[in-house]
Amino acid sequence: MPSIPDTNDALLTVQGLSLAIRRGRAHTPAVAGLDFSLRAGETLALVGESGCGKSLTAQALMRLLPPAIRVTAGQVRFQGRELLNLPEAAMRELRGRGMGMIFQEPATSLNPVLTVGQQIGEVLVRHLGLQGRAVRERAEALLQQVGIADPARRLDEYPFQLSGGMKQRVMIAMALAGEPSLLIADEPSTALDVTVQSQILDLLQELQARRGMALLLITHDLGVVARMAHRVGVMYAGQLVELASRDAFFQEARHPYSRALFAALPEAVPRGARLQALAGQVPAFAAMPKACRFAERCDRVQSLCREQAPLLTPLAGNPENQVRCHFPGSGSFLAAAAGPGAGSPTFGPALLEVSGLQVHFPIRKGILQRVRGQVRAVDGVSLELAPGRTLALVGESGCGKTTVGKALMQLLPLTAGSVRWQGQALAGQGGKDRSWRRRMQMVFQDPFASLNPRMTVGDILLEGMQALGVVTDAAAGRAASAALLEQVGLQGDSLDRYPHEFSGGQRQRIAIARALAVSPQVLICDEPTSALDVSVQAQILNLLKDLQERLQMAYLFITHNFAVVEYLAHEVAVMYLGRVVERGSTARVLAAPAHPYTEVLLSAVPRLDGRGRPIALAGETPSPAAPPAGCHFHPRCPRAVALCRERYPDLLPLADGRQVACHLPAASAVQLDGEG
Amino acid sequence: MLAYILRRLLYALPILIGVNLLTFALFFVVNTPDDMARLQLGVKHVTPEAIQKWKAERGYDRPLFWNPAAGGLQQLSDTIFFDKSARMFVGDFGQAEDGRDIAREITSRMGPSLAIALPTFVLGLFVTISLALILAFFRATALDFWGVVACVGLMSISSLFYIIGGQYLVAKVWQLVPISGFGEGLDAWRFLVLPVLIGVVGGIGSSTRWYRTIFLEEVGKDYVRTARAKGLPETLVFFRHILKNAMIPILTGVVVVIPLLFMGSLLTESFFGIPGLGSYTIDAINAQDFAVVRSMVFIGSVLYIAGLILTDISYTLVDPRIRFE
Repeated sequence: MPSIPDTNDALLTVQGLSLAIRRGRAHTPAVAGLDFSLRAGETLALVGESGCGKSLTAQALMRLLPPAIRVTAGQVRFQGRELLNLPEAAMRELRGRGMGMIFQEPATSLNPVLTVGQQIGEVLVRHLGLQGRAVRERAEALLQQVGIADPARRLDEYPFQLSGGMKQRVMIAMALAGEPSLLIADEPSTALDVTVQSQILDLLQELQARRGMALLLITHDLGVVARMAHRVGVMYAGQLVELASRDAFFQEARHPYSRALFAALPEAVPRGARLQALAGQVPAFAAMPKACRFAERCDRVQSLCREQAPLLTPLAGNPENQVRCHFPGSGSFLAAAAGPGAGSPTFGPALLEVSGLQVHFPIRKGILQRVRGQVRAVDGVSLELAPGRTLALVGESGCGKTTVGKALMQLLPLTAGSVRWQGQALAGQGGKDRSWRRRMQMVFQDPFASLNPRMTVGDILLEGMQALGVVTDAAAGRAASAALLEQVGLQGDSLDRYPHEFSGGQRQRIAIARALAVSPQVLICDEPTSALDVSVQAQILNLLKDLQERLQMAYLFITHNFAVVEYLAHEVAVMYLGRVVERGSTARVLAAPAHPYTEVLLSAVPRLDGRGRPIALAGETPSPAAPPAGCHFHPRCPRAVALCRERYPDLLPLADGRQVACHLPAASAVQLDGEG
Repeated sequence: MLAYILRRLLYALPILIGVNLLTFALFFVVNTPDDMARLQLGVKHVTPEAIQKWKAERGYDRPLFWNPAAGGLQQLSDTIFFDKSARMFVGDFGQAEDGRDIAREITSRMGPSLAIALPTFVLGLFVTISLALILAFFRATALDFWGVVACVGLMSISSLFYIIGGQYLVAKVWQLVPISGFGEGLDAWRFLVLPVLIGVVGGIGSSTRWYRTIFLEEVGKDYVRTARAKGLPETLVFFRHILKNAMIPILTGVVVVIPLLFMGSLLTESFFGIPGLGSYTIDAINAQDFAVVRSMVFIGSVLYIAGLILTDISYTLVDPRIRFE
């Protein structure tokens, strides 16, 4: 963590910034009276859930708000100049030069038809007045600086030729090209895999230290905050509710909302405890309470909270830390979250056994479109699912984890492998037996896209039941649907409403109800919470846990989030390039990973205590069309020896029952193994 | 890339054969040679002998696909299908009712058709894209609103009105150019000005509105926000970032009609008395000259297929994402 240069002059001061959404002639306040400041070399993290106004704030600083949003009051002083009444031409001079911005989605934030060199170059021409060869040389140096190998070649490439991590590096190079003194990063690592995220965060920190930039980091991930920030601002419903130094915030967050955020995090809760899900929803901007905006969801609410709006007041003893609450909490929040541990789950014989599962996609080339190769998306995966147990399938994007789920659902044809149900073989290769789907159902990642917007909730639930012949007459179907909604915690009268009338969390509940409609014994969950806010994620994880206890379903939980794995899964299987590299009980694998890739993945997860250094991972994940010879991981492995280059290691058991595909499993794990 | 183009051309072959068969079926199976003869001869002269004579003169008295009376290869080649349809593949379209060679007629009429269609196309594209850019640049202002209203108004007016109104005003009242006709060589420009102008004006409404929608769709995209965050002036954001992306759907949408420009315009050419392929087709339809109509239907289909192939190729040229795949 770089220390902040000792200067009291704020680079950026925001006072009373208020934004409103314009609809026709009406203005609905969105962000209300924001105050904060930022010094050179300092990182301020703005944290909050979706819709709290943190991204709007960032756009307001750049004066790049969408047309429907207006600044209604406030001042923004940057380098001694008032920005809000600056002429547009002067503001353009400042954008990219005084302040640079990195956006969340590198895939859509780069122009698809201009080369990387052109996109970086235009900043250099615009702000530094460079011309001709100098532009190219500087752009190349910038790419080098953000850690892109072979920058000269990359300059002439288009964004679609780069991986997600490289695109974000290009975004950063672009934002840095004008040598800004303030960098605004809006969820810079949210769309990326953990190992890539770790690289990007390292890069930002290093660049900030070298250039003495101020960094305004907008994120929803408290782990990222712990790793990056000097100070933290928490936003709720358009207001800053807490502003504190990082250490004070992580030791003792004071606002009930900040504390609730922690309690909802799977990684902050002791294993086996229930997550503390926040009740209710963020109030709509149009119906904002006059008094405390958090009162309706607060567990410490008193009558004063509904009468008088609290102000952001400095805390006694430390005026740097401020909280907007009449009755701020104190003490460590983690203790408050402790609950009864879950009982040891029952262990039955395997319900579903998968062995040697392969899913290959042919690559066709040439005039006659002949098959020239295979993308080995899944290349020999074996796993077992038992009733009442959860197996987590973990890995980074492109490792084949979602393909495994789809293949099990018969949504994709199997290339090879067998699937046995209670010891009996289910349809083999390329089978299209729909009866599988009565036994297995899937919950998809994005509840905003996976529910048909033109169907009522009732029809969505009924469709699956009718297709698989679970119910035949409409009245029975309706009764069954109502019962299903009850089961996932929704009102029975939701049947005639459409998906858009529900929030993200409620939609995922509907998606779960849809999957449960045919009483499956196996539920495949494909990243069911990654599109949701943490407090909503807590609700869904609790629901899944309750349902499993009640219905004794087996879960195959596909995710990239280790905190969720730790909270929910009994067993975990880590995938890399289409194969399982390590498999075992969650407690063992997470405590002492044996495979070097598992070690790297775990170290890359930003931790709430901000400790632990991520292990640097070289290069990018190779293409599954041409995996490296020998062990697929050897080109990036810190421990690789000659044997690794020659032979793919077998998945062999250690004494504690876990299996590892590595010639040289970690000593600590083997040691643990010897003891256990 | 080359393999891709070759593959597209290979795919076109079966489609061409299918088009040829369909045209044949349309003209000889649905509408038999006897029907043609009756229509051509007129009610007064229809007798079985006259029909036989008419068919024999034009070679329609032979079997459709298979001639068992002939020997050797002639069994295949001495048929209506081979003589009237299959030979169109090599550009042999036979003779029109007036005895002239259709292929020669087509080549000589292509020039006048192109002389109108090409300038109308290029000028129209330039004008409508410029107008659409202006509307998109001033989006959500009064200019944009009234511009769209004007576009809808222009779209709602029949193209006949543009032609007749234009002829009346420009040629009759102001007497700036001749009402109709065509001249040889450089002199032709006086006859071309009015039809080209009317062609451009008639297309402004729908095209401008469509292109404006494409531009506005691009304006809302994330990369535009990135470009603004760099501090680029709005003109650069429009001309470098938005225009280049919007040109992909626009170009590929218009490339398909480029080959069809050869066919000319049915309405414009007949109203302005231009001796092009459009008026040739109209005249043939009026005269019930089936040989000519058949030829034009076939050529039109072939050009359309050519347009589709060109569209695919142009995609690979303007979009790097497809070019490098």
